[in-house]
Amino acid sequence: MKKSPLSTAGEKLTSWDDITSYNNFYEFGPYKEDPKEQAWRLKPRPWTITVEGYAAKKGTFGFDEFIQPYALEERVYRMRCVEAWSMVIPWVGIPLKDIIATYQPTSQAKYVEFVTAFNPAQMPGESTRMLPWPYVEGLRMDEAMNPLAILAVGLYEETLPNQDGAPIRLVVPWKYGFKGVKSIAKIRFVDYQPKNTWQVMTPNEYGFYANVNPNLDHPRWSQATERRIGTFFRQKTLPFNGYADQVASLYAGMDPKKLY
Amino acid sequence: MKPFVILKRIIFAAALIPAAALLVDAFRGELTANPIDYITDTTGDWAIRFLVITLCVTPIRRLTGWNRVIQLRRMLGLFCFFYATLHFLTWSVLDWFFDFRQMGEDIVKRPFITLGMATFLMLLALAVTSTKGSIRRLGRRWTQLHRLIYLAAVTALFHFWLARKTVVPQFQLMLVAAILLLGFRAWWTLRTRVHPRTSAAH
Repeated sequence: MKKSPLSTAGEKLTSWDDITSYNNFYEFGPYKEDPKEQAWRLKPRPWTITVEGYAAKKGTFGFDEFIQPYALEERVYRMRCVEAWSMVIPWVGIPLKDIIATYQPTSQAKYVEFVTAFNPAQMPGESTRMLPWPYVEGLRMDEAMNPLAILAVGLYEETLPNQDGAPIRLVVPWKYGFKGVKSIAKIRFVDYQPKNTWQVMTPNEYGFYANVNPNLDHPRWSQATERRIGTFFRQKTLPFNGYADQVASLYAGMDPKKLY
Repeated sequence: MKPFVILKRIIFAAALIPAAALLVDAFRGELTANPIDYITDTTGDWAIRFLVITLCVTPIRRLTGWNRVIQLRRMLGLFCFFYATLHFLTWSVLDWFFDFRQMGEDIVKRPFITLGMATFLMLLALAVTSTKGSIRRLGRRWTQLHRLIYLAAVTALFHFWLARKTVVPQFQLMLVAAILLLGFRAWWTLRTRVHPRTSAAH
């Protein structure tokens, strides 16, 4: 597998066991251990991904057909959860910008909206009213085209386990983990800012941008520090989760207080 | 041994099971990928459960007329305090490792920490005045002081609710239980006011 120069170096990887047993994936329940216990219900093959909206190429594609044009590469990224814990994960994925290029969005496409599969029979959390379903996330087009953004299909050189968002999920390492929408069924090129699920749920706590920012606290807890899974003491959280050099320019001139 | 003493000992032993289970999990390395959060959540859950269980004692006594059940109340209340203390120590020692500046800031700035701290201080006041000597010394004021348990139930539930991103089933269960148990007391008080003779012995 191709090792990407964009991988984060010098960090100890979080173990496979921790990455696959400690998950926020409310489609399988509200507790961290629920996804590992419940995710066997999900059938990640056969799987289809529908591309819609302002794009020259649209349609519904089988998973293999969808990823076939691209070479998979390994990307090691920090993952910072909004709950103040973090991991270092060796993803296997495809640059999102390459996928977007395939579908040729028109100039009317200002944002990309991602929607998780809606299938309560396989995702029992979707038959509760814990969150409005299906889960929705989005990126501004220039964020989506940033080289760091990937769609992941694996980790540790293995196929992505169900509890981590099989068969395909978003990874945007400079944002809080909830932006990483899992088990994607729809990708839409739209002219409006998508209403992402956590923003709809609690708008004063979770916004659209959700950039990691140690100086902007969550209304209920501090974001200044984080606990790296597998270590004891808290460590300082970095602006943009340590990826400021690659992404800070996306937000030039914007009020950082509004980028939660 | 008298059956009631046996019952009391069984409850005592059972109430220690959650703490023992945490120890066993710790030795087997099964405290999840985030042991500190897991211990915090588990001890917090059990503190609230024992608070609710303690609030069950008086309604059971009034509805069944089984007066001796009241002798379990202090022990159950102290188990609530025991798990609340473990919860507090997990936060102050394991989570923040005596970073008093950060803890102080959180107590002032974060309503859910403020409420947790207030709840713990109330439970502490109730625990230290739970001895026979205190009951004797404080007399009527002891009864008044120990009504703090109702306020502690409310602040504990608010704390639980604010600590989570969504409403979890465990919270819903505890909320319904607390509403029923506090509602029972309101109803009972109203009833004894309307018919003072029929329930003079409260």
